[in-house]
Amino acid sequence: MSSPDPRPPATAATRPRGTAVGRVGARLSTRAASAVAVVIAVLWTVPTAGLLISSFRPEQQIKTTGWWTFFTSPETTLRNYQEVLFGRPSSGQLASYFINSFSIAVPTMVFVVTLAALAAYALAWMDFPGRDWIFVGIFALQVVPLQMALVPLLTLFSQGLVVGGVQVLPAWDLQGAFQFTQVWIPHTIFGLPLGIFLMHNFISQLPRSLIDAARVDGAGHGQIFRSIVLPLTVPALVSLSIFQFLWVWNDLLVALIFAGGSVEVAPLTARLAEMAGTRGNEWQRLTAGAFVSMVVPLIVFFSLQRYFVRGLLAGSMKG
Amino acid sequence: MGFDILLELPKLLWLVIGIAAFMAVIGVLLVLVDRGPKTRRDHWQALCFLGPAALLLLVGLVYPVIRTTFLSFMNGPSTAWVGFDNYVWMFTQPEILVVLGNTLLWVLLAPLLATGIGLTYAVLVDRARYESFAKSLIFLPMAISFVGAGIIWKFVYAYRQAETDQIGLLNQAVVWAGGEPRQWLLEGPLNTLLLIVVLVWIQAGFAMVVQSAAIKAIPAELVEAARIDGVNGWQLFWHITLPSIWPTVMVVLITISVQTLKVFDIVRTMTGGNFDTSVMANEMYNQAFRYNEYGKGSALAVFLFVLVVPLVAVQIRNNRRSRETQ
Amino acid sequence: MPMTPRRRVLLAATIPLVLVSTGCSYLSGGGSAADPGSADCKAFSDWQGHDGKTVEIYASIRDEEGERMQEAWQKFSDCTGITIKYEGSAEFEAQIQVRVDGGNAPDIAFFPQPGLLERFAAAGDAKPLPDTVRKRAEDGYPKDWLSYATHDGEMYGTPLGANVKSLVWYSPKLFAEEGYEVPKTWDALIKLSDSMADTDVKPWCAGIESGEATGWPATDWVENVMLRENGPEVYDQWVAHEIPFDDPKVEKALDRVDGIWRNPDYVNAGFGDVKSIVTTSSQDAGLPVAEQKCGMHLMGTFYAANWSEDTEIAEDGDVFAFNLPPIDESVGTPVLGGGEFTAAFAERPEVVAVQEYLATVDYADRRAQAGSWFSAHQDLDLKALKNPNDRLAAELLRDPDTVFRWDGADIMPAAVGSGTFWKGMTNWLNGDDTGEVLTYVEKSWPE
Repeated sequence: MSSPDPRPPATAATRPRGTAVGRVGARLSTRAASAVAVVIAVLWTVPTAGLLISSFRPEQQIKTTGWWTFFTSPETTLRNYQEVLFGRPSSGQLASYFINSFSIAVPTMVFVVTLAALAAYALAWMDFPGRDWIFVGIFALQVVPLQMALVPLLTLFSQGLVVGGVQVLPAWDLQGAFQFTQVWIPHTIFGLPLGIFLMHNFISQLPRSLIDAARVDGAGHGQIFRSIVLPLTVPALVSLSIFQFLWVWNDLLVALIFAGGSVEVAPLTARLAEMAGTRGNEWQRLTAGAFVSMVVPLIVFFSLQRYFVRGLLAGSMKG
Repeated sequence: MGFDILLELPKLLWLVIGIAAFMAVIGVLLVLVDRGPKTRRDHWQALCFLGPAALLLLVGLVYPVIRTTFLSFMNGPSTAWVGFDNYVWMFTQPEILVVLGNTLLWVLLAPLLATGIGLTYAVLVDRARYESFAKSLIFLPMAISFVGAGIIWKFVYAYRQAETDQIGLLNQAVVWAGGEPRQWLLEGPLNTLLLIVVLVWIQAGFAMVVQSAAIKAIPAELVEAARIDGVNGWQLFWHITLPSIWPTVMVVLITISVQTLKVFDIVRTMTGGNFDTSVMANEMYNQAFRYNEYGKGSALAVFLFVLVVPLVAVQIRNNRRSRETQ
Repeated sequence: MPMTPRRRVLLAATIPLVLVSTGCSYLSGGGSAADPGSADCKAFSDWQGHDGKTVEIYASIRDEEGERMQEAWQKFSDCTGITIKYEGSAEFEAQIQVRVDGGNAPDIAFFPQPGLLERFAAAGDAKPLPDTVRKRAEDGYPKDWLSYATHDGEMYGTPLGANVKSLVWYSPKLFAEEGYEVPKTWDALIKLSDSMADTDVKPWCAGIESGEATGWPATDWVENVMLRENGPEVYDQWVAHEIPFDDPKVEKALDRVDGIWRNPDYVNAGFGDVKSIVTTSSQDAGLPVAEQKCGMHLMGTFYAANWSEDTEIAEDGDVFAFNLPPIDESVGTPVLGGGEFTAAFAERPEVVAVQEYLATVDYADRRAQAGSWFSAHQDLDLKALKNPNDRLAAELLRDPDTVFRWDGADIMPAAVGSGTFWKGMTNWLNGDDTGEVLTYVEKSWPE
């Protein structure tokens, strides 16, 4: 056994259906099973479908009739989308907000996944005092309400760190694109407990024999992490990446506090929240807005999904 | 003012610089860690691996927890110590019992349902012909924010009087079935259950994706061996799939439980916590951020932290068990 | 032009250099130049001399209204060289506290709740108005308004926009067809309601669902009736908690509301029974008026934005409004309303300049010109107001007979004014007993 199959995973996914695994899968898909799957899929999709249809209906219709009447009296308009995308003088900049969201979510995703994998590896495979307690502590941090952590962090950024009257760290006072840094850090912090917890689950399940063998061969932790742990936990890394990306993409609270609402750094969510109108009276735009903001997460999901492939661990595990 | 790519470039540039610098630091760290002296225990290696995350957590979460605990013993604007007053207030409020009951209901139901449905679906569509598409259908709600989901479901539960057209799907279904439309969100405890449905709807995608990744990691030999023994799909699930991914199932359950404890956006957008539907996190948010009663809000937050203890216990047991099997 | 290898090397070598030299200023965004002063900038000469300075403003006003507002001060900004960085957020009320506590307060914030402003004034975070600003405010605005921004004898805010919350929306067409008249007294209002109740159009429609703010339209009703039933002095005592919330006077007022809102003959036109008030969204609640399915709907001037675009708002149009009539006519014309106050968290000269400008009639006129807005400024050009309902409301504010009172829920402590008062009214409409609800709110009043 060495490093896993380096072929692009897509080829693995299209492995001929006649293999052992394929047939077992086929056997599971009996008629009853398919029926259950279809029912779940339909239940899960209907509300979103309703939203999608609503987003193409005129404001007056949305407010007075159900979206299913669309099938009997179809009346469509692109107006909601028009308003969201180009409607106001400032919404021509929607692309800017997209880029902002991107500039916030992508680095945060990289930071959290990397740091979480490193920490999880240490907690799972290194020998040092108190590691169980540290793990439990990090686990418990998941429940800390984010809101409670906002003021201390904001103070750190806006006033620096003062210990006993001595300025240890200066205030940040960032301008322009540098302001993103101040959004990355809170997002990374808030993503870490869950990230470490999830990665720990996957990394600690790697076969001990694998790690021990490498250690006997004289590999250091750095090398084991790079050449054994990372390749073997790709599906886990990818799922964590997807979720981390999504959580940050959909976040409004952290963005409002640390990025503000200006077009320089504010993400799409801040812009969409603003579009509901001061008294929420323009909420029909939210239907279209929700879909505009869903596009990117879905692209991420589809493009990363091909890494969920059976058999990455195949051949490396005994028993 | 239109879109100007030149104005956007700095952002992307900073994005690239940020990631590159970060990766460079980590890369150097990984190389250095192996250059150092080899010791039997991994003290300083652990420091390198765990240090960056630990530092961030100390500053960003541990310190706020301590601060919140202190604030919970102070008055609203945090100007004077009040001892245990806030805790006394909490447990003498008649409303809080309802809130506690609701929170319990949420934590019991939402994780089980979401994990169960996610697992069922992950198994059912595994290796099916349109797996990728089928999974994305369940995943869809994850791509919507909690507030967005609240709005969607407010529509599903919407009520119009019997003589007029319904605009809510649930009432329309009732009308089609020959019943009278109802005001779903007014009647407890049904309303709490209907709110839980929203969270399950969102979190099932998470449960499905993570558990699906675990299923994919089951060694093919294991499945093959079982097949040679002639087990059917049902037996395969109970004897191979479930035991193999059990640690992941637990992790998903626990994760969703923690998320459930923190949920408040759904309640806030859909009922505003009225009609006996409020939960702990919602009360905390109201007290601390809307009413400026920081002390009371902090006390609720501390209590929320206490509620996670049983989950911690479960997790410690899990850890022990998985270490024994290693 | 094809590149020679040498040129490529040269180019590659210069890129890092260019990056280093300009990189930092590039990433942090260059400053933008403002228009130099010209003839039409003369009006702004008082505030010139702050070239290149930036003032941050934070408020809850957003979308269309936010853009109109920014449009209104653009000229000021161009002529004085002060860049105004505006941010509008739906979470303003909760986030302003976090920002101030985190040491990241905006330079200026617009407070829709005098109670919230007072909290920051009492804590010493908001700055008292400098003399120049104070003078502008005193010259421009009536005393009632200024009193709401005064704490311990110091003034902390200048009034900005205004709204009136005692308007009853109705359909002039329906009134004309049925021969109804706009009631001038409370008795006439009840008579009108009764005669509507006899037809198939119910007299009142209402809805208080508004997410986390569910209940607020109901508190407007209680305040309106409190003001009319007991007069402005008792109203002030009630808001300041000088009389308890469960005082018999409050109960009497709530009983009067009971006669309308929990009267199955009167409500809830277009939506269902009494309980449907609780689940009908405040934005949809008035819409049956335009369809002539509902007789009357009490809601603020801002409801104008909810009518569909083809609805004509005019005295002879599809919908219009009248001021909820008085109960005791000797009091004058009671008007309930609200608005915003600008308050500063910084004392830099450019911040003072902006706050001073926002208190001038020049700003008010420019903002009014942009549409859908009015204020209590005494010199505001009412003829320039485009919407008839804005004109009606602005005239009401200026009328000497008017007894104006601010929406009490905005002045009470937030735990009551945007907490238990809303919740209590929601429970009340959901069937709770009047006495029970009043005791609940009274008990929740913080010391």
